[in-house]
Amino acid sequence: MMITLTIDGQKFQAKEGQTLLQVAQENGIEIPTLCHHEAIEPYGACRLCIVEVMAKGRSRIVTSCLHPAEAGLKVKTNSPKIVENRKTLLQLLLARCSNNKIIKAMAAKMGIEQLPFKTEYLEYNDCILCGLCIRTCEQIVGVSAISLVNRGITKWAASPFFEPAPDCIGCGSCYYICPTGAIKMEDKGDTRYIYNWKVEFKLKKCKVCGNYWAPEKQLEYIRKKWNLPDDFFDICPNCK
Amino acid sequence: MILCWVAMSETKTSWTLKKLHSPKELEDLRRQILDQSEPEKTRVSICAGTGCLAYGCVRLIEVFKDEVAKQGLADKVDIKSTGCPGFCERGNIVVIQPKNVFYQRVKVEDVPQIVAETIGDAKVVDRLLYVDPITKERFVHQEEVPFYQKQQRLILGNNEKIDPTNIEDYIAVGGYSVLAKTLFTMTPEQIIQEIKLSGLRGRGGGGFPTGPKWESCRKAHGDIKYVIVNADEGDPGAFMDRALLEGNPHSVLEGLIIGAYAIDSHEGYIYVRHEYPLAVQNVRTAIDQAEQVGLLGNNILGSGFDFSVRINRGGGAFVCGESTALMASLEGKVGEPRAKYTHTVEKGLWNRPTNLNNVETWANVPLIINLGANWYKTIGTEGSKGTKIFSLVGKVNNTGLVEVPMGITLREIIYDIGDGIRDGKKFKAVQTGGPSGGCLPETFLDLPVDFDELTKAGSMMGSGGMIVMDEDNCMVDVAKYFLTFLEEESCGKCVPCREGIKRMRQILNDITEGRGEDKDIDLLEQLSSHLIDSSLCALGTTAPNPVLTTIRYFRDEYEAHIREKRCPAGVCKALIHYYIIEEKCPGCGLCVKACPEQVITFMGKKKPVILDEPKCIKCGACYDVCKLGAVGKR
Amino acid sequence: MDEKVAAIISKYNAEPGQIVSILQDIQTQYYYLPKEILIQISQIMGIPLSRVYAVATFFRAFSLKPRGKHLINVCLGTACHVRGAIRVLEKLERSLDIGRGGATKDLKFTLETVNCMGCCALGPVVKIDEEYFGQMKTDRIDSVLGSYE
Repeated sequence: MMITLTIDGQKFQAKEGQTLLQVAQENGIEIPTLCHHEAIEPYGACRLCIVEVMAKGRSRIVTSCLHPAEAGLKVKTNSPKIVENRKTLLQLLLARCSNNKIIKAMAAKMGIEQLPFKTEYLEYNDCILCGLCIRTCEQIVGVSAISLVNRGITKWAASPFFEPAPDCIGCGSCYYICPTGAIKMEDKGDTRYIYNWKVEFKLKKCKVCGNYWAPEKQLEYIRKKWNLPDDFFDICPNCK
Repeated sequence: MILCWVAMSETKTSWTLKKLHSPKELEDLRRQILDQSEPEKTRVSICAGTGCLAYGCVRLIEVFKDEVAKQGLADKVDIKSTGCPGFCERGNIVVIQPKNVFYQRVKVEDVPQIVAETIGDAKVVDRLLYVDPITKERFVHQEEVPFYQKQQRLILGNNEKIDPTNIEDYIAVGGYSVLAKTLFTMTPEQIIQEIKLSGLRGRGGGGFPTGPKWESCRKAHGDIKYVIVNADEGDPGAFMDRALLEGNPHSVLEGLIIGAYAIDSHEGYIYVRHEYPLAVQNVRTAIDQAEQVGLLGNNILGSGFDFSVRINRGGGAFVCGESTALMASLEGKVGEPRAKYTHTVEKGLWNRPTNLNNVETWANVPLIINLGANWYKTIGTEGSKGTKIFSLVGKVNNTGLVEVPMGITLREIIYDIGDGIRDGKKFKAVQTGGPSGGCLPETFLDLPVDFDELTKAGSMMGSGGMIVMDEDNCMVDVAKYFLTFLEEESCGKCVPCREGIKRMRQILNDITEGRGEDKDIDLLEQLSSHLIDSSLCALGTTAPNPVLTTIRYFRDEYEAHIREKRCPAGVCKALIHYYIIEEKCPGCGLCVKACPEQVITFMGKKKPVILDEPKCIKCGACYDVCKLGAVGKR
Repeated sequence: MDEKVAAIISKYNAEPGQIVSILQDIQTQYYYLPKEILIQISQIMGIPLSRVYAVATFFRAFSLKPRGKHLINVCLGTACHVRGAIRVLEKLERSLDIGRGGATKDLKFTLETVNCMGCCALGPVVKIDEEYFGQMKTDRIDSVLGSYE
């Protein structure tokens, strides 16, 4: 069923069940996000995608990644209040990740030059705890090798007991999906290292071109899951 | 020093209870219990709540039993360990019925005299009565004691009449008759209508109208629905729910079953805070006994309605008091809240319609159904009906649990019931609403206690914690305290709460340690405003309240800390100095012994000691130990 | 597979939703949550180890490190705070030479804090094992500690 709503003064059609973010993105309206990815269930952690929503005479600030599109909603994606709030969010993120390229660029784009916090309190993390790595590992890959541990300011993306993650298959999805480059992964020779989870994997060598192309453990996991023949991955996708 | 053991044992029913198959059988049982208990028989009710446990009530109860036997009165007296009567300041509390003689500060040594004189001879032991500190008047009966005079103990009133581990006591005072009435003479719609009409609002802090909430849940799509008792009372300083669950768990159960019937739910959860072992134990006993008797389980009282309930313990996380975080915890996940754009009454626990209410809210239900919404509406104010239980604590004389009609003023609670500020100090502020609330100064003492009035003043009702502060409390320190608490309790999911509270706490830390800057107040206000706008859940959106109210009403204290590096209340360690008042120091050396860093030098008898200020770690040990006021603080 | 662990899991019908209750019973049994047992639970109940670990580290009631014989809990609730609980905590830290959350070298005491035990009228409150000490003062701490073996 199609419904009509207004975003930044313009009327748009939306399908029931869509989120405000989906409607905006479909129609070329830019809303910043960090913890969002279209293939993963929205989480609502970074709060960057907030918009102002007017319904029944009340104005509320909601995260567009989660708020459902409803008939008659009036949405403002860039009101002064929203812009102010986004600026503070980026200030807070920059204070946490004061040397991170992505966060610095986002902050600069918002006109943030100096932070209002003392330099001695600045931190140098890369991880913003968006949880994308964990949610991907759970929802897409299906192994749930990692999780967000502890609570509050000590919350951290980690392998169980901060030891080599036993369930990790080395697919590198976490590395590819991380929005700030906080996951450090390296393929060196015949070995893949994912330093954050303290794991290393032997890479499979292609029988044709001789290149090391994917972790054996990952391929074994896929092979078993889809009941593929033993030699299915002996040749890399490039050579097939 | 006061100490006691908490005996952690399994459920204590040592006699078999017969199953009841109809309301008539319930009434027969009630009459049987009443017939067997002689109403004129003397009953000694000794409070066995956690507070009095810490005062040693287990031993007190044993000694009473021994003494009664020794004096040959065992068949004339019932000794009962009961729920909390609320006057925690004066524990151990012993109430002797049927005359309601109220003894406070009872010690083991007092027992022989009480047994001989009050039980054996109907005489009153004067020194154990409550004495008004100013008029010196003594009060014999509980209802006359000033602490109780302005209270309206509709919910807590049964606490001192019943042994919470014995369902027959609850039945004897009319318990479960309302459940029988609802199951057999009312439809779910009628029950919901009555709750709506009563104006009952959630007592956990949100103040959401209960009737409409039940109605939404009943209407929600789905065959399986849940009801939950939120007993994760995390506000520090609040212990109302603890006293209710420990003292009268059946009142909560009865309300829950009625609500489940109204909503069409057959499965319930009671989520009790980890730090309340006695409450868990007493609720477990209550559930067991209710099941045995047929008031829980299949075909309750032969009505055809099935309902079962289980207890889940919290794991030490304040955030799990938030309904979606609580539900996540029940699903075996970490207690992270989620957006409530779809309400939990539609999609809650396991994505099914769930109605969650606070302990006190559930306990109000049998009362409303029994006496009717129209009667209930006569109590309270236009927007806030009924009574509210507050835990009145802090720098007030009479600390404890008070149940008052909504609309009573803060002054009446603090001065009439609480008997004013202890140690002759001056009132400074009252904090309501826990970490989500605010500090209100003297100018608000005549504010009627009401959901909307408190919110308008910048605070909120919250779950009922009411902490009184005096001239020796530093309001900047109080703000720092709450932010430190919330920083630890934040689940850490969303950026504004996790990072924002951290930065605010750092700023407050700097202010209290003499490193505050002029721009700090503005920065605190700005961060506050954005936390309110963009946080994921109420922990984050209400975290700024203590900071904003203290800035609003006590700005001068902030400015003294920032501009003068001075703490007017003498609390912030980095900004205070301990010093020796030479004229008052007799050279006794007590402080020298107390000092952990050997910073005070003994100079011989009759000579004042010398305190080496630069080396002093400001622990306050010398200030505490000196009884002659020779240690000063500035 | 540890018998006690199996018994606890079956008490809750191995329901994944009851993991918090299961971990609480494990902790009551072993005084903390041993790593090997968490691994066993993950395997027996089919819950990813990462989730068991996340739950074990989220809730303050759980300790993944062996605790001292006697558990000292200092209440830092608001009512206790306004009556000077911090000074009581600092004195305990000095006397035991450990910080909050730590255990003494001889594993005799573990010192933890709680954000309100609900005995607010008795503040400041310190709980050692199952004993409650109300209206605690700094000058009584050493003698109280001394009474524990």
